[in-house]
Amino acid sequence: MSEPIVKFQDVHKSFGDINVLKGINLDINPAEKVAVIGPSGSGKTTIIRMLMTLEEPTSGDIIVNGTNLWKMEKKGDMVRANEKHLRQVRGDIGMVFQHFNLFPHMTILENCMTAPIHVKKETKEEVRERSIQMLDRVGLGDKLNNYPSQLSGGQKQRVAMARALVMRPKIMLFDEVTSALDPELVGEVLEVIRDIAKHDDMAMVLVTHEMDFALDIADKVLFLDEGVIAEQGTASQVIEHSTNERLQGFLHRFRK
Amino acid sequence: MINAIIDIAPQLARGLSITISVLLASAIFAYLMAFIAGLCRLSQNTIIRKFTGLYVEVFRGTSLIVQLFWLYYAVPMLFGIQLGSNWWIGVIAIGLNYGAYLSEVVRGSILSVAQGQTEAATALNMSSFQRMRLIIFPQAVRMMLPEFGNYTIQILKGTSLVSLIGMTDILYYGDIMRSSNLSQAPLVYLLVLVFYFILALPLIWLTRKGESISRKGVAS
Repeated sequence: MSEPIVKFQDVHKSFGDINVLKGINLDINPAEKVAVIGPSGSGKTTIIRMLMTLEEPTSGDIIVNGTNLWKMEKKGDMVRANEKHLRQVRGDIGMVFQHFNLFPHMTILENCMTAPIHVKKETKEEVRERSIQMLDRVGLGDKLNNYPSQLSGGQKQRVAMARALVMRPKIMLFDEVTSALDPELVGEVLEVIRDIAKHDDMAMVLVTHEMDFALDIADKVLFLDEGVIAEQGTASQVIEHSTNERLQGFLHRFRK
Repeated sequence: MINAIIDIAPQLARGLSITISVLLASAIFAYLMAFIAGLCRLSQNTIIRKFTGLYVEVFRGTSLIVQLFWLYYAVPMLFGIQLGSNWWIGVIAIGLNYGAYLSEVVRGSILSVAQGQTEAATALNMSSFQRMRLIIFPQAVRMMLPEFGNYTIQILKGTSLVSLIGMTDILYYGDIMRSSNLSQAPLVYLLVLVFYFILALPLIWLTRKGESISRKGVAS
């Protein structure tokens, strides 16, 4: 087995007096699909937000590709990472958000092209071609010059995925990407994720309430409860063979 | 009546070039100050932030006409600095004053761009400068447009104060006309209002335009 691409080592996070995460230990292997499930408020989203550098852990280490994400070496000491260090380490990570967060002042093609051009310094022609391919792949090849405000929620979320994929991440994070959608639009977004999971060899972490979907595509399922990973394993291990009562209760509520 | 208008209007028109040139120069100066001060107030550096805050509060909290007199009469006496002709002094005073107001518009607009935009830009590995330049600032500018339009109309009206430091603008010629023929005072000042209103019309139109631009293309 190859080295994990992401390692969480005793990661804690508190917001004020509230301890959201109380010691997370987690390995994610290259190309592994990980589903994070658990009751709301259990800190699922916080885990991937720390990995994306949107929240700083209170303590513990997150190692990405062998490099400490939030700490860097300076004169023999490990100090808090500066922006330059964060940018170096997070370059392989992409994220899709619950509320899409498309850039409203750009067309959907520009949404996809901006970062590769300005961040990765790739040529415009190359990025344009790849962006169009990617938008085609998510079924929006005919909307290149539309603005986000002209799209449905499901279409926006598919653009957001194309925008992240154009950056060629090695790790993709999905933060409850169907929670803000009307029920009839959920399917088209899940279809795209399923397609990515099947054909791309990047690692994926899905925070989700779409239980059946998550269990279907995930290699590994984490059940997060009260700030710790209460259960982890393959889908069948976690769902069918777990004796964890809170997990059974949680699943029961979903299966009703 | 018609004869009187034909007499007065050309006299007032002699002030147009001063009013318009002071308007344009002080508006440009005010926009410049607005962006500099607005961005400085969002700086990580406490000293820059506090210092800019002081500028904004002092210039917002005192009257424009007193600031004008300070720059015109007091500063040269106290510090021996000549700020230039009275045209320049008018431009500097109006620019600093409205720049202070507009800097709050700049600051507020930048802060009101949704947090999710910064996060999405971070997830695409943009630097903080790229986030500002490519994502936050273009959206903030759209939001600023209507307020910039409103304040530009205010600047136009504010330019009439330069007649008090001897600039020959529209109001200055109006005063001359009135003092040479007191009975014409109502007509003279009516025409002065008409002049300012006509000058304001394109600004009003631009402000409307700004409002419609700002309604689209911004994340809330």
